[in-house]
Amino acid sequence: MDLTLEVWRQAGESAEGRFETYDAPDVSEDMSFLEMLDLVNERLIAEEREPIAFDHDCREGICGSCGVMINGKAHGPQLGTATCQLHMRQFEDGDRIVVEPWRAKAFAIVRDLVVDRSPLDRIIEAGGYISAPTGAAPDANMIPVPKESADAAMDAAACIGCAACIAACPNSAGQLFTSAKLAHLDLLPQGQPERYKRVEAMVETMEEFFGSCTNHGECESACPKSISIDNIALMNRDYLIAKLKNRKLAGQH
Amino acid sequence: MTTTTLDSKVPSGPIEDRWDNHKFSINLVNPANKRKFTVIVVGTGLAGASAAASLAELGYRVRVFTFHDSARRAHSIAAQGGINASKNYPNDGDSAFRLFYDTVKGGDYRSRESNVYRLAQVSADIIDQCTAQGVPFARDYGGLLANRSFGGAQVSRTFYARGQTGQQLLLGAYQAMMRQVHLGNVELTTQTELVDVVVKDGVAVGIVTRNLLTGDTESHSAHAVVLATGGYGNAFYLSTNAMKSNVTAAWRAHKKGAFFANPCYTQIHPTCIPASDEFQSKLTLMSESLRNDGRIWVPDKVGDDRPAADIPETERDYYLERRYPAFGNLVPRDVASRAAKKEVDQMKGVGPLRNGVFLDFADPIDRLGEGEIRERYGNLFEMYERITGEDPYAQPMRIYPAVHYTMGGLWVDYNLMTNLPGLYCLGEANFSDHGANRLGASALMQGLADGYFVLPYTIGDYLSESLGNEPVPTDDQVFKDAETEASDHVNRLLSIGGTRSVDWFHRELGKIVWENCGMERNAEGLEKAISEIQALKTEFDTDLRVLGSADRLNQSLDKAGRVEDFFGLAELMCRDALHREESCGGHFRVEHQTEDGEALRDDENFSYVAAWDWNGGEKPTLHKEPLEFEYVKLAQRSYK
Repeated sequence: MDLTLEVWRQAGESAEGRFETYDAPDVSEDMSFLEMLDLVNERLIAEEREPIAFDHDCREGICGSCGVMINGKAHGPQLGTATCQLHMRQFEDGDRIVVEPWRAKAFAIVRDLVVDRSPLDRIIEAGGYISAPTGAAPDANMIPVPKESADAAMDAAACIGCAACIAACPNSAGQLFTSAKLAHLDLLPQGQPERYKRVEAMVETMEEFFGSCTNHGECESACPKSISIDNIALMNRDYLIAKLKNRKLAGQH
Repeated sequence: MTTTTLDSKVPSGPIEDRWDNHKFSINLVNPANKRKFTVIVVGTGLAGASAAASLAELGYRVRVFTFHDSARRAHSIAAQGGINASKNYPNDGDSAFRLFYDTVKGGDYRSRESNVYRLAQVSADIIDQCTAQGVPFARDYGGLLANRSFGGAQVSRTFYARGQTGQQLLLGAYQAMMRQVHLGNVELTTQTELVDVVVKDGVAVGIVTRNLLTGDTESHSAHAVVLATGGYGNAFYLSTNAMKSNVTAAWRAHKKGAFFANPCYTQIHPTCIPASDEFQSKLTLMSESLRNDGRIWVPDKVGDDRPAADIPETERDYYLERRYPAFGNLVPRDVASRAAKKEVDQMKGVGPLRNGVFLDFADPIDRLGEGEIRERYGNLFEMYERITGEDPYAQPMRIYPAVHYTMGGLWVDYNLMTNLPGLYCLGEANFSDHGANRLGASALMQGLADGYFVLPYTIGDYLSESLGNEPVPTDDQVFKDAETEASDHVNRLLSIGGTRSVDWFHRELGKIVWENCGMERNAEGLEKAISEIQALKTEFDTDLRVLGSADRLNQSLDKAGRVEDFFGLAELMCRDALHREESCGGHFRVEHQTEDGEALRDDENFSYVAAWDWNGGEKPTLHKEPLEFEYVKLAQRSYK
């Protein structure tokens, strides 16, 4: 298939950006979106033009490195699919495809389609863990976990940290990312001791960087792992409890 | 070739007591003194992140470097199937000894008994540790942990978190490390790549890094350096490794004197999605757990183009079940891979390019229902459909082997220290535990064993000797020289001004290596490969085109440095494969096979670890570490 791309090019954070148009003829429908960009880059290099910078690594939809806005949609048109697993059979011959970096004020543009997502690490650092120093663990079967809880925790834990949820949100809110980690840990018995301390720390760090959630739900539909916005409800509830109740009592909730 | 006995520092005594005795006999650093030591950890995969977290918890000052934008992105995250541990929860007769025995046997008797036994011993602790961290392992309805049997094992000892076990274990280790970042015990630097290991008077004293966003070259000194930088499967270009996975840290350490062991031991994973065209950038693995239920077959007839459903049972060849009745579809990876190659080479391959074999779920769907299969493998099936556009519930998957894991790596002793004092190597980057072939679900186990439960003990023994010594200052000439060399190197890559992209060179290199040093090797091909690699390297040095500058993100430049190191490694791989005149595990020399076409070892002459010395860039020298087997009886592997 023959395509036309409009790609955001920007030399650095403070440089001025612009769209550039590239013809992309002879694209195979079996290529992934990133392989299509590889092909465009090979052709640019052949013409002695600098290739388009984009983040990517595993190309299996699990590392969370990749992600661009494709025709205004985070990770493109296919539901539950990261950019690296989007294949060109989702497009039509003759399509014009607009490719932009994640759009969020907290994510500075590093170059072209690459942005700085380090605020996500700051949120995890604030409390996205269970404090279990190496060596102190009891036998793994000491604490049974209902299968339903383990499954629900796993659903939330599937987050790959790509930030599509934030890029898709009109407010650039970080609620889905933050709540997914909270739900993962809070649905397990091992996560209970730090539950209310954790939610305060993570939510308040999140708010340093990101906008507010106004329940658009764009995040869930952009999420390559289809993580549910139900997690946000759980987070809000826990945050309220943590804020309203005496912390000692909140732990008994 | 010289015969030097490398000191593996393996303790003596009964194998089950060796690790405990060793822990007791080595020196400790007292808690108050630990903060006086700085340890650099490079890489934040399972081994690096778990080591960094554990060392920081003990009180060491830890500095961590990753070239990713976040520590969570390391390629451990892509491991699907599971992690082994000898918990014996299913009551099926597992034990540390059995896991040890299976691992040595699975590795075709080319690993160190003591290391493997220790791995099996600490495996149970890993599951406890990860569960405490909140890793959401699969559970049964009673709330206890679920196990499954996995590639080549006759007991169910594999713990898993859907098809995302690596992701969940890595997030556990990453989160434990981020907790230490929060507490100020770990200083984490992202987007920064190791470009050199700095050695003074034969001792590793620090590293030089390059900031990928600014191009700044910086020196960092420490009392010890830990490399946990993964494997070198991308030497083949097409592999299941992530695009950025590379050998650079290990290779540059090698050039500074660290021995590289068994580079020819590479693992080809039998269940990957076949390449669809020449633009394919990487191959995607489908978890081996699929072989628990799926049945592998090809049409009996050469060139049978009918859709799978139209080929009657009588015209199908379930070749693994036929050739290996005892293990059937669960034979080890190397055996399954070569068997698939044999079928495809006989023109019985399936799919548009005839480059795959069927992995069929029709029987288990009939037997267990689609719901159960969806529960077990749902995400894998979805992934397959996304990539191929085919629905594996309705038609068989197509699979073909692909490079997946490298058993070779930097030589390390029982303490995980390389032959350079102060330089440690963990996880896939070292050579230690898997011999010539790794068993399924053992990579995650080894990475976490090294990081959580081995290095935190063994590093103290080395550090205790340098109590009171400050690290070599970074304005020392040895650092300055390394910085200058690093900048010159980058400038040289930028100034070649040729016509070919770095990807072109990588692809061409990969073809040579895959063709001659892949699933099957022979002397003629390996010799040809060595000269072709050298010729291509000359072309690389004169015709590489890297556009742009070094002072801002330049992904072609980053890759050029990594591909350059693959050239050196690929040549060493071929030399190692050429010298090893036997077949074992992932190393199959066509000259050395049984009448049935199985790998034929030569225990008399090759029962050793081949540790290669860079030798200042002259012809590499071989050092041999003899392997002794006191507990495992060497046998021809048989899965019939």
